[in-house]
Amino acid sequence: MINVIKRVAIGIAVLVGVCAFYTGYRELFLATGWTWPFEVDDITLPSLPSIVGALFDPVQEDGELLISLLFKAALFTAKEAFVGFVIGTIVGFTLGAVIARFQMLQRGLMPYVVGSQTIPILAIAPIVVVGLGSLTIAGWTPSDWLRVSVISAYLTFFPVTVNTVRGLESADPRAIELMRSYASGEWAIFLKLRLPSSLPYLFGAFRIAATACVIGAIIGELPSSIQGGLGGAIINFNQYYVLNPQNLWATNLMAAALGISFFLVIVIAEKLLVHRPPETLT
Amino acid sequence: MSTLAVAESGGGVGRASGFARTWLPAALVFGIGLLCWQWIFPDVLGVKPFLLPRLSDVLSALWENRDALKTAAWITFKEAFGGLILGSGIAILAALVLARWRPLGNALIPYLIAANAIPVIAFAPITNAWFGTLSPWSKIVIAAALCFFPVLVNTLRGLTSVHPSSIELMHAYACPQRTIFWKLRIPAAMPYLFTALKIAAVLAMIGAVVGDYFGGSTESLGVQIQSAVALSRYELGWAAIVVASVIGSVLYGAVALAERFVIRWHPSVRAVD
Amino acid sequence: MSAQESVVSISGLGKVFPKGGVTALENIDLGVQPGEFISLIGPSGCGKSTLLRIIGDLTQPTSGEVLVNGKPAPQARLDRDYGIVFQAAVLFDWRTVAKNIALPLELLKWDRAKRDARVSEMLDLVELNDFGSHYPWQLSGGMQQRVSIARALSFSPALLLMDEPFGALDEMTRERLNLELLSIWAETKSTVIFVTHSISEAVFLSTRVVVMSPRPGRIAGVVEIALAQPRGVRTREEPRFFELVTEVREMLHAVETEAELPE
Repeated sequence: MINVIKRVAIGIAVLVGVCAFYTGYRELFLATGWTWPFEVDDITLPSLPSIVGALFDPVQEDGELLISLLFKAALFTAKEAFVGFVIGTIVGFTLGAVIARFQMLQRGLMPYVVGSQTIPILAIAPIVVVGLGSLTIAGWTPSDWLRVSVISAYLTFFPVTVNTVRGLESADPRAIELMRSYASGEWAIFLKLRLPSSLPYLFGAFRIAATACVIGAIIGELPSSIQGGLGGAIINFNQYYVLNPQNLWATNLMAAALGISFFLVIVIAEKLLVHRPPETLT
Repeated sequence: MSTLAVAESGGGVGRASGFARTWLPAALVFGIGLLCWQWIFPDVLGVKPFLLPRLSDVLSALWENRDALKTAAWITFKEAFGGLILGSGIAILAALVLARWRPLGNALIPYLIAANAIPVIAFAPITNAWFGTLSPWSKIVIAAALCFFPVLVNTLRGLTSVHPSSIELMHAYACPQRTIFWKLRIPAAMPYLFTALKIAAVLAMIGAVVGDYFGGSTESLGVQIQSAVALSRYELGWAAIVVASVIGSVLYGAVALAERFVIRWHPSVRAVD
Repeated sequence: MSAQESVVSISGLGKVFPKGGVTALENIDLGVQPGEFISLIGPSGCGKSTLLRIIGDLTQPTSGEVLVNGKPAPQARLDRDYGIVFQAAVLFDWRTVAKNIALPLELLKWDRAKRDARVSEMLDLVELNDFGSHYPWQLSGGMQQRVSIARALSFSPALLLMDEPFGALDEMTRERLNLELLSIWAETKSTVIFVTHSISEAVFLSTRVVVMSPRPGRIAGVVEIALAQPRGVRTREEPRFFELVTEVREMLHAVETEAELPE
């Protein structure tokens, strides 16, 4: 409990420090008129009070408040990201389990699964999202947000596959012998030994994927004319940046909060579900 | 002696067949992959060109637009490389400072890890506003920001990963802190640093390409991809992605090569990967 | 010494590792009677661990026959006729001590109440009553190994296979666990096959010590340990104990010099 309080206190201190740094930098450059590396003014670095104030201003005259609009946008993006995360995890875990089961498949596929990490996968987002828009399967066209989820799923799928294979194979060979001494079949070994052994690896992948699926959802919203989410809001406010820079800043702060929330959910779930010697957890 | 010779030749055969066993499936998958891309996806499964155009179409788009793609590749490479150097450099300096003041570093690490969950790439429009949409610096800075957190966190971990008994040994030799830093902490951090730099190489490339999606020079790779998609010229879009992947792999490969050169001595190079 | 009454009966056993064609075991004949405590001892490379693993059907022999409780070894494994303890405790990090002990019972599909009752009996037996809800990494090495013994005995197998179970522990812990193992052995009336490096440990625990020679692994000799039961701290101070230790040591030295000659 004291630990939690300490953490929260340090967290607040860090937050205050970041705000102080931002304001200090801004005021210093405004006062001295320094222009390197870039010119500081109310457009390039809007003041913190103006960003916070913008949250409680209506976006259009008599329209809804920015904060409520951003909150809805964040929920929309969170839905895309979450659905993508679930799909990516299911597909990735299944593929990983199959690869781990068959040695030949592993030798054939793993170099590419690992090698694919050098490909800027996020760059494919516009093609896939736009492309899927013209796809119709038996009269069914995937809805806008579902197409964005495909990007999140894609970004989730890679780390989950790699770490599922690593995790399932991380089972102690002596523990496998122990299970065999109990005449356990492959299935019992999988359930009682391999799956629990793989949990720390799986959560390692989930941490990466939690971040990646939010990024994927935001970037996926860009090229298609999907308006409901944070990516759409970023594109939208970007067009009026010179008039209202604080709107874009507020949107980005919301995006940051969403990314960190996804990450924290995974960290907390891991704390609750995975019991391991403290020194092996990173 | 004779059994030894038999065992050795047996080992030799094992190694040769082991080589085939290791690489044959990978080569086979590569061949099957190309085959699928060229024929099975478009002809048998009816995958539409907007999802994945035929391999030969992508290759011919690559050839026909080689000049534009070459220019774009060079622009984007410079942005990614600049971002990688800038972001990693600042991150390494910050890690050295935080490692010097251990309590500060230990207290901050969880928050740095959490900060890594911020979708930094979404801040690209803001760097556009700072430096101008057409300036390479807007992409360099966003690529640098993407590289910053993973390199900082990993380097800091590496610098603080030294085994306590090694430090005691250095104390037994009456070494000052500075020597401990140079002889012990920095070598120990190298495997961690290179793992991070490999991740950062790919992230820098993503920053440079995806940053363009929020606006950039029409000659750059990201804008090329975006406009190709807008015009439904999917084979050109994929050709540009192939180029981006090649640059990403080259950056990654360069870091991996440097890693081999710098830390051949380290037995855990592979384990850290 | 007929196969029916033996717990383990091995005849003409051989094992050649396919990799490099190394002969690990050659011409092994051994019978183990109910209630015996047999130690396998020998220099490294003599195949004593391999022999134990063949009895447990964790490795297949290339020739010969192994009967456990009168059945072929694979059948005995399927019938869960033995429990095994390795040098490392091999406890599952994600299970509490109690849950680790219950693992084989879960696999045998015992119901919950029966499982809980047996686990608390076992915790009693290895004197870890207060540690059931601890996780393995919160225990010392010696305590972990006791959990592993409790797990091996939880389903009351007639045969206990132990592969250098105390090899990684310090001398004091080792001697204490030796005593504890003997009292468990007396209480459960099980048969034990025990692989060890330590001569005094082998002599102290066993009813018979089997000395093995390396390259290829063979049985070089068997020493009957006719020390009085039950054995205790005083046993290690008896002159007869020293004589037997010397006998085993000399046999081992003979075996080692012989093995070194060709090189």
